[in-house]
Amino acid sequence: MAATVKYDEVEVGTEIPATSYDVKRLNLVMYAGASGDFNPIHWDEHFAKSVGLPDVIAHGMFTMAQGGRFVTDWVGDPGAVLDYGVRFAGMVPVPHQAGNTIVISGVVEEKLEDNKVVVGLTAKTGDQKVLSQAKAVVRLA
Amino acid sequence: MALNTDFIGRTFPPSPPYEVSRVKIREFADAIGDGNPIYRDPEAARAAGHPDVVAPPTFPIVFSLGGDYFADPDLGLNYAMVVHGEQRFEYKRPVVAGDALTAQATIADIRKAGRNELLKIVTEIRDTAGELVVTTYNTIVERGA
Repeated sequence: MAATVKYDEVEVGTEIPATSYDVKRLNLVMYAGASGDFNPIHWDEHFAKSVGLPDVIAHGMFTMAQGGRFVTDWVGDPGAVLDYGVRFAGMVPVPHQAGNTIVISGVVEEKLEDNKVVVGLTAKTGDQKVLSQAKAVVRLA
Repeated sequence: MALNTDFIGRTFPPSPPYEVSRVKIREFADAIGDGNPIYRDPEAARAAGHPDVVAPPTFPIVFSLGGDYFADPDLGLNYAMVVHGEQRFEYKRPVVAGDALTAQATIADIRKAGRNELLKIVTEIRDTAGELVVTTYNTIVERGA
């Protein structure tokens, strides 16, 4: 595969700079359609508030996908992702018009055999952590 | 309502093959805001060593639960109280356009966690040759009333 980051050029502790990903209502409507998850808590503000949520919230899988995007943009090839897992730790409310921002950063936590590394991810909106135990195993060049 | 622990270890029949198309991959990539050409342009994908456009790592969520088994009233899952707890994708190879993939789910565990209950589902996704492509691990949380 065509990863562009070289195994020999990263160390445990190598940081991947933070990137911000905007999320608007339109993104959630598109994600609902693409994924097939039409739960109204992700697009109907009245419904979301009626079940006690602060606002429409992003699909957890939308947030996980942003983490995936962060990793694949770093490594250079989506095919280099061998394992990717997260725990959903917090909601991403998506207010009308203003939307929200998910900020993701990463660090190389471990170097494995066969040019593989473990990347730990941090994903936040404001001070709220939205993913925990988020890790990807990727094969570098 | 407690989940029925008799379902632990139950493996459901595989889904009919899900046909992975270039159009669906592009739609999914658009929805997550990812403009990577490897998700859109077969030439870019081939240049990166793939047979066709590649699906983003989280794409198998589209079909990985493969069926309505979790709506079985005997299981007792109340969808109105469900949130997604954990998700993991373990790849043997990338998913690419042209794949036809079956998803076979097993309920790996049901257990209490405080007032909540956790339902852990492991799904094996295989190609038409029967080769394992990706295993997904999904934890669903049913919030306690």
